[in-house]
Amino acid sequence: MTAADPAPLRQRAAPPDTEQAGISLGRDAWRRLRRDPVAIVGAVLVLLFVAVAFLAPVLAPWGPTDTPGKDLVTPTNVPGPSTEHWLGLDNLGRDELSRVLHGARQSLVVGVVSLLFGAVTGSLVGLVAGSFGGRIDNLIMRLMDIMLAVPGLLFAIGLAALLGHSLTSVMIAVGTVNVPVFARLLRGSMLTQRSADYALAITSLGVRRRTLILRHVLPNSLSPVIVQGTLTLATAIIDAAGLAFLGLSGTDPGVPEWGRMLAETQRYLSSAPHLAIFPGVAIVLAALGFTLLGESLREALDPTYRR
Amino acid sequence: MPQENPGPPAETPEPLLRVRDLTVAFTQRHRRDQVAVDHLDLDIPQGSTVGLVGESGSGKSVTSLAVLGLLPRRGVRLTGSIRFGGRELLGLSPADLRTIRGKDIAMVFQDPMTCLNPVLTIGTQVTEVLHRHQKLPRGSARERAADLLDQVGIPDPARRLGEYPHQLSGGMRQRALIAIALACRPRLLIADEPTTALDVTIQAQILALLRDLVTDTGTTLLLITHDLGIVAGTCDTVHVMYSGRIVESAPRGPLFADPAHPYTAGLLSSVPRLDAPRGTRLVPVPGSPTDTLPWDNACAFAPRCTRADALCTDRAPHERTEGPRTLRCHHPLSDPAPDPAPDRAPVLAPGPVPPTATGGPNLLPEDVA
Amino acid sequence: MRRLAQLVPILLGLSLLLFFWVRSLPGGPAAALLGERATPERVAQINRIYGLDRPVWEQYLDFLGRAARLDFGVSRMTERPVTEELVSRFPATAELAVVAILFAVGLGVPLGYLAARRHLTWIDNLSVAGSLIGVAIPVFFLGFLLKYLFAVQLGWLPPDGRQSPRLFVDHPTGFYVLDGLLRGDPASSWDALRHLILPGIALGTIPLAIITRITRAAVLDVLHKDYVRTAEAKGLTRAVVNRRHVLRNALLPVLTVTGLQVGLLLSGAVLTETVFAFPGVGSFLVDAIAARDYAVIQGFILVIAVIVVTVNLLVDLGYGLVDPRVRLR
Repeated sequence: MTAADPAPLRQRAAPPDTEQAGISLGRDAWRRLRRDPVAIVGAVLVLLFVAVAFLAPVLAPWGPTDTPGKDLVTPTNVPGPSTEHWLGLDNLGRDELSRVLHGARQSLVVGVVSLLFGAVTGSLVGLVAGSFGGRIDNLIMRLMDIMLAVPGLLFAIGLAALLGHSLTSVMIAVGTVNVPVFARLLRGSMLTQRSADYALAITSLGVRRRTLILRHVLPNSLSPVIVQGTLTLATAIIDAAGLAFLGLSGTDPGVPEWGRMLAETQRYLSSAPHLAIFPGVAIVLAALGFTLLGESLREALDPTYRR
Repeated sequence: MPQENPGPPAETPEPLLRVRDLTVAFTQRHRRDQVAVDHLDLDIPQGSTVGLVGESGSGKSVTSLAVLGLLPRRGVRLTGSIRFGGRELLGLSPADLRTIRGKDIAMVFQDPMTCLNPVLTIGTQVTEVLHRHQKLPRGSARERAADLLDQVGIPDPARRLGEYPHQLSGGMRQRALIAIALACRPRLLIADEPTTALDVTIQAQILALLRDLVTDTGTTLLLITHDLGIVAGTCDTVHVMYSGRIVESAPRGPLFADPAHPYTAGLLSSVPRLDAPRGTRLVPVPGSPTDTLPWDNACAFAPRCTRADALCTDRAPHERTEGPRTLRCHHPLSDPAPDPAPDRAPVLAPGPVPPTATGGPNLLPEDVA
Repeated sequence: MRRLAQLVPILLGLSLLLFFWVRSLPGGPAAALLGERATPERVAQINRIYGLDRPVWEQYLDFLGRAARLDFGVSRMTERPVTEELVSRFPATAELAVVAILFAVGLGVPLGYLAARRHLTWIDNLSVAGSLIGVAIPVFFLGFLLKYLFAVQLGWLPPDGRQSPRLFVDHPTGFYVLDGLLRGDPASSWDALRHLILPGIALGTIPLAIITRITRAAVLDVLHKDYVRTAEAKGLTRAVVNRRHVLRNALLPVLTVTGLQVGLLLSGAVLTETVFAFPGVGSFLVDAIAARDYAVIQGFILVIAVIVVTVNLLVDLGYGLVDPRVRLR
């Protein structure tokens, strides 16, 4: 390349210090993350969300089913935020703040479990397809194509409807949607890694295939999985809330669930909009946290990626 | 725009392109400016064929982009003067520059694989420039485009017009790009490494084509390259550029026969030559183009120069004229070697360097073909 | 043609999946059909009527044959054929999806282009931030906010439905906007359009975020291509450079991504239609879920999958029209 293109010329001049020996990709990524405002905002939101989920019983002034304001609530009047009830009361006289805080637990559990279910199953499927190749690979990936032909949320709706109204079925449904995503991802990056020069070098040293895959190819294929996992957590939270909004969620009304809180308060749209706004904002903040973190992780782990 | 030189003296005709004190710096927040072109002076007379030679990063391509007004507007500081045909180009509005580009000044770039738009036919890409500058209607633009393709040696031009770039070989694409550049009969053609991306055999063909076209049409050519071998067969005058400045300018003959700047000599000895004695080794210029000093109070080439001494890292060499050449060096090869590097042989040992008085022209009797 | 052939196994596999989906419903399809009224006798009766006592492969072939004729059985809720129900509601959802995609593309492409052109300025940062936030807002929450703000508080637009109740016109095509024009009644078209704006924006926001982002990335990429510099060196006018050289190449990835949004739109429609009480296939599906009307769910999912796969095929074909390198392969 000549100096004809001034843009690369400037980029080339920028990071001369990153190529020094001893700085691994991981540490380099960490250094870039710490300086990225997007990553910081994302991390703060995620930490806040996790902390609230764990500490909800301590932080919340009331229990999720307590009705401290049941005498203040009438069908036509649902009091909004006040000094005593920061986020107001809901239609049954429960403290909205306490409900929203407790709702974080449900969202976190559903998000993490369904992500783990989807990512582990999908990665295993991709691992099998990528390791065996040939007809098994072909068959598995065709099956994944079929699953991808159905839009994610619809797939989850169908599956949740099939498995019955329970929290487990929501988690399985939301998780299953992500199986083909992770399967494709892991298989794709394994195929790239396997044909990479270093894999060839290791094979030529007489290392067995299983050792090569488990010890060398797999770890190097993981960083896109981590990125996708963080981003998927955001969509899992949104999708689970969507299912709850449609009435597909756990049946225990005592457990607050942001999506269902939104759905149940639709009727009070004009008189008590706060009942929908606060759980909605909670969903947005949680999903935004994981989105921002995932995007900045992607950027940090893949230097060629441009936002 | 600052304009230091008010105008040429009346008696000498102004060259077609006259660059004075051109400085191009890339600016970036929180970083020192990167000076790519440093107070550059360059004259290209009407009808001449001029070579601008240097390693990548020397600023030669940035110079050509500055002439065309193709540098990005943001992040670039551009000062000095570029006069083309008596008209100042720096400070012209983007719209005015667009009427000059492609019509009066045209350019051929390095990589024909990426310089053609993949989703448009060759025909569209040739005719759009005719349509733009000569207002040719569709039909006659197509005829003229076919003529142009024929002229640059593309067989079956009528069919090629309907084809897409990926259907053409690299050499054919470069021919097409030359056809595009010459479509409006520009007064100045800038060719930036036009053969670097091509096979060696194709390189020779493209060079011959450029040479013939320039001769036939009387177009002025500025050939930018890192390869002195390409310049040798093509250019009348050669400017050697290093770190944003021209360090040696000379007619082709003297420059090849008797390089005066150590950098020119270094470039020359890294090019294979037919007239070199058997067993002569190719010697690369030591170091890399990034090992430079700022021109402010040093010679930028000093870190890589075998003849450098304390003076070279202390003061910038002035430009001086020695017969047909101008030179920017404290210790040119026409001088006896300075003290501090007696054991390090000069990069080039082209036979006897007569220890004559400084300033005298120092041509060897034989000339390069 | 090769792509068309790839469609067949996907659709066959999908039908197999859906077939077993119904078979694995709690208590079997008969119990699902009967719901609370299920008694062993009635289950046996239903099984006989629907041939559920025959071998599984025979049942599958039968199912496939009926699916090919677009016969997905009878809806439990309305006791009308599922196909009929879907067809009568499809125009509403199609109108909604069209408005959403027009909103997403019409705003996203110029915004992404502008962001790339003004790279690293405030408008660029704003578009990046907007597209990050845009994908984090659940469709139903955004729908709620829009409805609360523009319908309930400001009263600018209708809060729900497809049409104001005072308007009574018959609908030859089922596309209300089109019907109004066909019948020479632009007022009713306008009314239908006003009902589409809020749900359209709610549904189109995630695609908008994605399309803005991909347009920005694609334009940034193309702006640094050598052929754009060649075009500039030709002295072409800014408009020609932008339209013919920059946008034309940048739109290739945008086209692909827009095609991928169709699936997202159709599943998002389920939620949007619920929020805005919009009588399309989506809100019908929600009713079907509540009523455990599995025939409807099955038919709906199959139809949507066929649409998604077909649109992606069309996008691939469209890609060939724009990019000659693909065409010749």
